Amino acid sequence: MRLPEGGEIDRTKPLTFTLDGVEYSGFEGDTLASAMIANGVLQVAPSLYRHRPRGIFSAGIEEPNALVQVGPEPSLQATTVRLTDGLVARTLSGVGRLTPDSGQRRYDKRYTHTDVLVIGAGPAGRMAATTAAAGGARVMLVGLSYPSGNVRFRGSPQGIPPADGAAELRVLSGARAFGYYDSNYVLVAHQQTLWHVRARRVILATGAHEQPIVFENNDRPGIMLAGAVRKYITNYAVLPGRKAVVFTTNDSAYATVAALVQSGAEVTVVDSRPNPPDLAPQGVEVISGLITNTDGPERLTAVSTQDRRIECDLLAVSGGWQPAVHLFSQSRGTLRWNGQAFVPDTPAQANHVVGAANGTFDTRAALIEATEAGVEAAAAVGYPVPPPPLPAVREREITPASPVWLVPGDPRNQFVDLQRDATVADIRRAVGAGMRSPEHVKRYTTIGTGTDQGRTSNVPALGVIAAELGVTPGDLGTTTFRAPSVPVSFALMAGRDRGKLHDPIRTTPIHSWHVAHGAEFENVGHWKRPWFYPKPGEDMETAVLRECRAARTGVAMQDASTLGKIEVVGADAGEFLNRMYTNGFKKLPVGSARYGMMCKADGMVFDDGVTMRLADDRYYVTTTTGGAANVLDWFEEWSQTEWPELDVRFTSVTEQWSTIAVVGPQSRAVIGLVAPDLDVSNEAFPFMTFRETTLVNGIPARIARISFSGELAYEVNVSGWYGLAAWNAIHDEGKPYDITPYGTETMHVLRAEKGFPIVGQDTDGTVTPHDLGMSWIVSRQKDFVGKRSLRRPDTARPDRKHLVGLLPVDPAELLPEGAQMVASDAPLTPPVPMEGHVTSSYRSAVLERTFALALIKNGRHRIGETLLAPLGDRVIAATVTEPVFYDKEGARRDG
Amino acid sequence: MEHPDWLWRTPEPRRSYDVIIVGAGGHGLATAYYLARNHGITNVAVLEKGWLAGGNMARNTTIIRSNYLWDESAAIYEHALKLWEGLQEDLEYDFLFSQRGVLNLAHTLQDVREGTRRVNANRLNGIDGEWLTPDEVAKVCPIVDVSPDVRYPVLGGTWQPRAGIAKHDYVAWAFARKADRYGVDLIQGCEVTGFITDGDRVTGVRTNRGPIHAGRIGLAAAGHTSVLASTLGIRLPLQSHPLQALVSELLEPVHPTVVMSNHVHVYVSQAHKGELVMGAGIDSYNSYGQRGSVHVIEQQMAAALELFPIFANAHLIRTWGGIVDVTPDASPIIGRTPVENLFVNCGWGTGGFKATPGVGWVFAHTLAHGEPHALNEPFTLERFTTGALIDEHGAAAVAH
Repeated sequence: MRLPEGGEIDRTKPLTFTLDGVEYSGFEGDTLASAMIANGVLQVAPSLYRHRPRGIFSAGIEEPNALVQVGPEPSLQATTVRLTDGLVARTLSGVGRLTPDSGQRRYDKRYTHTDVLVIGAGPAGRMAATTAAAGGARVMLVGLSYPSGNVRFRGSPQGIPPADGAAELRVLSGARAFGYYDSNYVLVAHQQTLWHVRARRVILATGAHEQPIVFENNDRPGIMLAGAVRKYITNYAVLPGRKAVVFTTNDSAYATVAALVQSGAEVTVVDSRPNPPDLAPQGVEVISGLITNTDGPERLTAVSTQDRRIECDLLAVSGGWQPAVHLFSQSRGTLRWNGQAFVPDTPAQANHVVGAANGTFDTRAALIEATEAGVEAAAAVGYPVPPPPLPAVREREITPASPVWLVPGDPRNQFVDLQRDATVADIRRAVGAGMRSPEHVKRYTTIGTGTDQGRTSNVPALGVIAAELGVTPGDLGTTTFRAPSVPVSFALMAGRDRGKLHDPIRTTPIHSWHVAHGAEFENVGHWKRPWFYPKPGEDMETAVLRECRAARTGVAMQDASTLGKIEVVGADAGEFLNRMYTNGFKKLPVGSARYGMMCKADGMVFDDGVTMRLADDRYYVTTTTGGAANVLDWFEEWSQTEWPELDVRFTSVTEQWSTIAVVGPQSRAVIGLVAPDLDVSNEAFPFMTFRETTLVNGIPARIARISFSGELAYEVNVSGWYGLAAWNAIHDEGKPYDITPYGTETMHVLRAEKGFPIVGQDTDGTVTPHDLGMSWIVSRQKDFVGKRSLRRPDTARPDRKHLVGLLPVDPAELLPEGAQMVASDAPLTPPVPMEGHVTSSYRSAVLERTFALALIKNGRHRIGETLLAPLGDRVIAATVTEPVFYDKEGARRDG
Repeated sequence: MEHPDWLWRTPEPRRSYDVIIVGAGGHGLATAYYLARNHGITNVAVLEKGWLAGGNMARNTTIIRSNYLWDESAAIYEHALKLWEGLQEDLEYDFLFSQRGVLNLAHTLQDVREGTRRVNANRLNGIDGEWLTPDEVAKVCPIVDVSPDVRYPVLGGTWQPRAGIAKHDYVAWAFARKADRYGVDLIQGCEVTGFITDGDRVTGVRTNRGPIHAGRIGLAAAGHTSVLASTLGIRLPLQSHPLQALVSELLEPVHPTVVMSNHVHVYVSQAHKGELVMGAGIDSYNSYGQRGSVHVIEQQMAAALELFPIFANAHLIRTWGGIVDVTPDASPIIGRTPVENLFVNCGWGTGGFKATPGVGWVFAHTLAHGEPHALNEPFTLERFTTGALIDEHGAAAVAH
């Protein structure tokens, strides 16, 4: 019920909300839980496994019971959901529901540096932050709530200057710090923004969590943490029960007693200590004893002590306080058992823990700690401040607490983890089965694995385990604390990296032309590459056959700008490339180009491409489209870690250059028109050379005679800025020759007809240059990465898998890429010995039939043999051939 | 399900054993069990520096499958899968083995080629496998976004129906319980710090609880195997990296199978209780710290939402890190070492859980006979000198 006055709610702003289909009202400033209590709704959905009635248990992030689904978002704690008008919620029995999220919320990330990060905006956190900020240091204060106070302390401390006073103090309120990584790297969830904060100093003022006491039937609706009861009364002006029992092991619950009395509730106190305070003058009976059991049809109606039964509708429990050490522990600080709780011991990073988080529960002592930490942090980051005056705080006398983990009773109904429905009986069963490690018991019972991160179950569980084993909780130690310390949504972690922004799309400067001309695209690495250009009415096969014919009989052009390009510069550039490639580049003349192949240290083909020598100390290396970044990394690794003495540097120039391949018997004519200053005769401009020239439209260009199709072909390289203009110029000049744009599929067919492998398609990391039939490219003189491996007995075997051709016996039948080939006499019952697999397979316009490339065991010595591809419902027979199908003599290259 | 009343003893180490296994992870425990069950060798200790099955066995994403490309891998994983299929009965423990199938998605033309190749190889090896079109993918797992207008559309996928998941902890406890019942000593909190040698053979181990002698010693300590071996001058080609994983809160059933994608890096299943269990990528640096970098988790979440938009409102509850020990060819090393009576089982990288019974079977054989079982014969240490690699990351490029 709502009290007539008090609280921090705004009674002028009523809000309506719907819970489990029933409409209620609350006020601005309510949480869903406080509004529920105001409406007399304390009970939530039944428990996960035992289906027992459960109620709101806490008033914060430690809530185990009151889980709700709010719209599409599952598993929120009603105690932390801020009430909004029209909110629709459903209580959950521990299990959420995912629904398609139509109105997708946008999440974002921010990255910031700060001198001092203070986590926790209670009195200690605020004191530390204002102290640290007073000298001008950049300070960030992150708290669950601000400025509303931390109810745990008796009498709010006075005199902390307003946090907003300091110029460089930034406050994130309603924010949850949930991850503490190396080098003071802290993650904070603030509404729909994920903050990445790097701080020079961190001050942890994360407070403490009140612990329950385990007794029989300790899970009824109406049983709550004592601090929560007080918070509901003082912050939200709601009274969870009129006839209350307070069960405590320590002094802190007496503030709850006072709040209850002040609100007009009838109160009885059960204190575990032998000499509890005397509250007779206030009309409160205090019993020294223990609650042993509770009663009620569903909601609590009575509790029992050892010798009494007390009618009540609310039981407020305080089993002491466990410092919130999640973040400190995540930062790898060590913990120490002080007889009542685990408290921070040795920090592993530049941080301080202050106040209740440090086990310092006296307000005055906590503020002194906070002040000292603030002064120390300010000095450490170079903005020293004098110690500020301490606010006036009442000093209190404290009666020592007397921790109780477990009150004897029926262990099957003594709940240790309310969310996971785990009991003392479950713990005893685990220990009885032989388990000794809390990690085992946790996994066996699932205690501490819920969304509340075990805030009200981990320590009681350790208390129970320790009692079973006859040791202390300190002997056992805690299980490991891991991020996130509070749940965060997947969407928050993903941020904007979704949809089109999931992975960058790379396009060439010519991309708009491809789109305008109807290209179908293929994803290659990050790139969108034209796959083929269907004309109206054409399917892929028809389009590709047309493009191939154009390249073999006329002229065709391809955007090859996605090729990786690396400039390798320095006096030792040639020596370096000699060591990287299986063939030599040191003696390559300036003005010439050479195809090269690279192996990993295991001797297996890694990448290939053509390299031009621009000057004595300058090479222009091209790589495969997908391999560019890996090759650059590979160069850097060898240069930096193995051969730092070599004078060589690498610069990725992939995006600085556009490359256009012009291919086919008519390509010379087209290039002659495009580059009018260039003598394109074979004698003046031979194969594997390049020339610098100016295109017809004034664009400077580097044109090379390189062929990946076996045809007469050129590659026109221009600055990326001019890529589209160069493409248009070539296309215009090529019109009289019906120049045909082609995509990656045609490129693949053309090279396969010549038996040129594609690294990554015809190789898979297990193929040597020799396996590809390319022994000619492996230098016998110089050393290179992978050379030694090529001499290993298995790698040097002559009967390894070789790249060969396959011609299906039926020339119309296409072998699927990825088909496994078996011997023609192999029995087709598993396991069937496999001879190898089809790596590439196409229909060829020029061969007027299908053909394929394959890696086949001992293939080069099996030319002419027929192999079978068993494909489930059918078998395709194919003959092993040489891998070169077209122009074996290489006559077409010079036109 | 009910756990058994009794799991294991907490014995003091004896002075000597016939066989010592270092590392009470899934592999070590399975090895001890099969040593007793298949070979009658019960004078065995499994030494564990921490708590039983607290390393990678407690940290993996519990995926079980056998659809590997190469014959050698397929044989050992399929042997394991066949054992999995009868293991709950054999161990008398319901460890929630669920053959809900594993889907490996293809997003590029090269993925399609590799997937097709692998399915064809699997079928010829007698391993179940199918190629699914995007529509068929959606039938198997309706929450996968197979629409064509995403960054990396699903072009199809491979499907192994017999694959699935099991509850990792329970598997370890099941092996431990049976091994214990055979008389095997499972000794926790017992860290091996070195070896006792006699000439070029080992005769025991030094531990924080004193020396323990043994006829044969099997190392099954994942990435720490190389640390131990190096004390004898053996350099194992292992690189250890952090690998993170995570779970969501309990959710109503939404994901009926296991989905893995290499290109949009995700592997995810929904555990019996209802958590989404998901693996992240490997941190690139070498480390023995069982924690990783948060950006890896962020990338993982982004990838998950690309494939499963419905996961957007699920919550990250817990992240953790394990250590994967990776060999140059991403296949394990199981067998002899240059030191007599010392055997290793390591280098499982991201794939060790699924192999647990299979490797226990063959490593037990290796320890019992002093020479490898036919199934682990190819997985020698020597292959890195001969070049007879079993290159699973190069070929299938299927991690985990």
